[in-house]
Amino acid sequence: MSGAPQLELPLQRERARTIFQKGAPGRRAFVCPPLDVPPVDADELLPARFRRARPPLLPEVSEPEIVRHYVGISKRNFDLDSGFYPLGSCTMKHNPRLHERVAAFPGHARLHPLQDQERAQGALELMWNLQGALAEISGLAHVSLQPSAGSHGELAGVLLTRAYHEDRGEIRHKVLTPDTAHGTNPATVTMAGLEVVKLATNRDGGVDLEDLRAKVDRDVACLMLTNPNTLGLFDPNIEEIASIVHGVGATLYYDGANLNAIMGLSRPGDMGFDIVHFNLHKSFTQPHGGGGPGSGPIATSARIAPFLPRPLVVRAEDGSFALGHERDGAGSKSIGRLRGFHGNYGCFVRAYAYICSLGADGLRDASEAAVLNANYLLARLREKGVAEYLPLAYGELCMHEFVLSGGPMKRALQIKTLDLAKRLLDFGFHPPTVYFPLLVEEALMVEPTETETKETLDAFAEAIAKILTEAAEDPQIALGAPYTTPVRRLDEVAAAKRPIIRERLEEPTPSGTLTGEGLG
Amino acid sequence: MLAAIGVGSIQEIFDRQIPQAVRLRHALALPEGLGEQEVYAHLRELAERNTSAEDELSFLGAGMYDHYVPAVIDMLTERSEFLTPYTPYQPEISQGGLQVMFEYQTAISELTGLPVSNASVYEGPSAVAAAGYLAKLHNGASRFVVSAGLHPHSIETLRTLAHGYEMEVEQVPLRDGVTDIEAWTRAIGPDTSAAIFAQPNFYGAVEDAAALSAAAKSSSAVVNGSRGTPVVIAQVDPITLGILKPPGACGVDVAVGEGQPLGNRLDFGGPSFGFFAAREEYLRRMPGRIAGETVDVDGRRGFVLTLQTREQHIRREKATSNICTSQALNALAGVVYLTWLGRRGIVELGELLLARTHYARERLAALAGVEALHEQPVIREFPLRLDADVAAVKRRCAGVGINPGVDVHALTGRPEDRGVLLVAITERRSRADIDRLADALEVAVAAEREAVAA
Repeated sequence: MSGAPQLELPLQRERARTIFQKGAPGRRAFVCPPLDVPPVDADELLPARFRRARPPLLPEVSEPEIVRHYVGISKRNFDLDSGFYPLGSCTMKHNPRLHERVAAFPGHARLHPLQDQERAQGALELMWNLQGALAEISGLAHVSLQPSAGSHGELAGVLLTRAYHEDRGEIRHKVLTPDTAHGTNPATVTMAGLEVVKLATNRDGGVDLEDLRAKVDRDVACLMLTNPNTLGLFDPNIEEIASIVHGVGATLYYDGANLNAIMGLSRPGDMGFDIVHFNLHKSFTQPHGGGGPGSGPIATSARIAPFLPRPLVVRAEDGSFALGHERDGAGSKSIGRLRGFHGNYGCFVRAYAYICSLGADGLRDASEAAVLNANYLLARLREKGVAEYLPLAYGELCMHEFVLSGGPMKRALQIKTLDLAKRLLDFGFHPPTVYFPLLVEEALMVEPTETETKETLDAFAEAIAKILTEAAEDPQIALGAPYTTPVRRLDEVAAAKRPIIRERLEEPTPSGTLTGEGLG
Repeated sequence: MLAAIGVGSIQEIFDRQIPQAVRLRHALALPEGLGEQEVYAHLRELAERNTSAEDELSFLGAGMYDHYVPAVIDMLTERSEFLTPYTPYQPEISQGGLQVMFEYQTAISELTGLPVSNASVYEGPSAVAAAGYLAKLHNGASRFVVSAGLHPHSIETLRTLAHGYEMEVEQVPLRDGVTDIEAWTRAIGPDTSAAIFAQPNFYGAVEDAAALSAAAKSSSAVVNGSRGTPVVIAQVDPITLGILKPPGACGVDVAVGEGQPLGNRLDFGGPSFGFFAAREEYLRRMPGRIAGETVDVDGRRGFVLTLQTREQHIRREKATSNICTSQALNALAGVVYLTWLGRRGIVELGELLLARTHYARERLAALAGVEALHEQPVIREFPLRLDADVAAVKRRCAGVGINPGVDVHALTGRPEDRGVLLVAITERRSRADIDRLADALEVAVAAEREAVAA
């Protein structure tokens, strides 16, 4: 077992017990404030037929137990602050801690969304400034901050497209998405009541123009594109694509997942896109939180702007800010609201702090460094000993990420991309995105981001080389990996076959739980 | 690094890939970057121009509430291990996050009395729309029937999304503060995909959830047996579920709601989380992430994302939803909060809110020019009708550091909501606070009536 450290980590290897399996009857953390109003017959306040018969079986634990439990299980997570996280398409860049500090100011964190607008001017100004910055970065003037995530922004975009065509008296059914697209694109199209038409990818990794020409017609509402795409390639034909799509009166939608490659260098609006969504949790450092929260604002051209969701942040002549229904024609034929209140303001604070910190030059530098890092790591992985097993799927250079194919590795070394990924865990790295995009055999999608050092990139490249060397000697090592993690490979098939998705709890004994008081 | 890549400059990397015509020729028109101290000062200055729940005695609610967030939540949500990972795609190194999801699902299932919960969705109103989409996938019928007691943002969000998947939304009015059950029963027919109400409703009233569910189930079964009955969806306030009969015990099929009251900040409206729980038959149509229990190759207990064949990254255009992530960090706050409250605490808190809210309604409705809009049971919120302009009364109260509640007409735009003030009472508002509100409201309403008379 060369190179496979057999560390037993007693803390992490403890059998998992949930908080529901801990504690004892009567233990608690919360102390209820005293009843300071005159007591009234409970039944009078809430008739018995509306009352709960037995309390929900929540845990009974003290604060120290809560802290031990959750700190304990937190140690069973790998995280960005602990190590390299080159997860393609996810932009795992450093999350500056200043952002957590400023987002926690009571003036932001304890501000009620229905506070009178004249007493929420700081928040509205922040939103105004942020939407201005996003408009400038995208080259599209009209912004709505409302969508809650990238997928939500996409849904907004497709609904906007639909409303735009309907307003012109046209019913269009089809939305084109390349076969390299994120899964959210086709899923969104279906949710918006439209139909997906798949576009082929050409030999260079871009949109196949022949296929595009063959498929565009007056029934096409929109083309959804990521540029650079999920292969990490900037489509050199973008102007022609835009002109073909606009030629039949359709709109061009920009999936902003890969914006980190082009900030201050190229703008979707200048490429001919009509609608773009941003992922504030990718390019703009909102921490991913283990899978949310995110934020997915959208920006549009003037012809789409009338349909933007409501409400919008507006500025009055006296310079004050408000939430309104219309702004320079935007919102006049709104598709309506997409969620409660005004969007994920906490994410706006962090994204805005990031933009303030970097400024125009800093954003451009960030994208340049992201692209430099990706190309450097790619170069290291094209060295002998790696490239013959993990060739670059398309192109020569890349933008902020690149996709390798594990096909030759699988054939030559009998280990799959999944095995490589699992073995990387033992080396202390989060693996790249695997098996996406779908058109690359055994895909490995690597996005290092700008906040990693050369030393980290080198160490990662060396780890990959070492795993391949090791596999040439003994593929069983990778096939059995990981060895050092809190658990080893998990049986996902069994989990899906007979789903256990909650802890099974025993019915409480009458003496073990509430003894009447408060239950009515 | 450039030598390894084989280029002379960073610019060359871009020049070789991005056509000149779409290169940006000028610097972005954004201010210059600032140092950490300057950004801190700027963000602080913006925060200070907001009047938060820390700065005034606030009775604002209508969807988000100023409940106390225990310190242990800040401490845990700020931990790198929870704050900075991505979605748990590699379960071997994501057991912490996956176990949190599993515990969260257990807590939500317990709270709602429904067997299956996902790992959370964006927030309350979009959860209602997502539940509507589930109903559409389930039975293919064409119309949603919604109670006017549903939060206006939920109704609007449902309408926006329903337009996409081509469904109609029909609204049923309230009577005496609760859903008019006769109109409700009449509105539900064979083409009804889902019947949706809120518990308690937007106007604070406790609905007869069991009666609404039963009416929905009975009214269409006869007509279109092959399709079955409409899906009954309730948007429920989780903080009331310590004392209120859970949706699962009231015949509700899908319970969704806004998770903010459970340990999440106000944050000017987000981020928070939406919860989504259902009967078992809907499991394979649920949107979003679901964590499941399994074992590893050594037989050790572990957790994974499961039933992923519902999801967009596998099913693409055939997915049950386009949603990618849950609101993991906010859901963590939610489950830690419920653990902190505990089995007894959630009941005690509910009883306290019930008693104080009752006291507040009695006290305020006794004032001159103020009356209760309805007499239904209320738990944490209630509406008053003022014989004065609500915005003007609010301005007067603000002068003495009190925010008396939400101007309902400004939110709903419904003509019948003119003059209606919605007052929310959390455990942070004591009897003394309520008495202070009563004094201020009395003075403000009297002054406003005088000003108008003069």
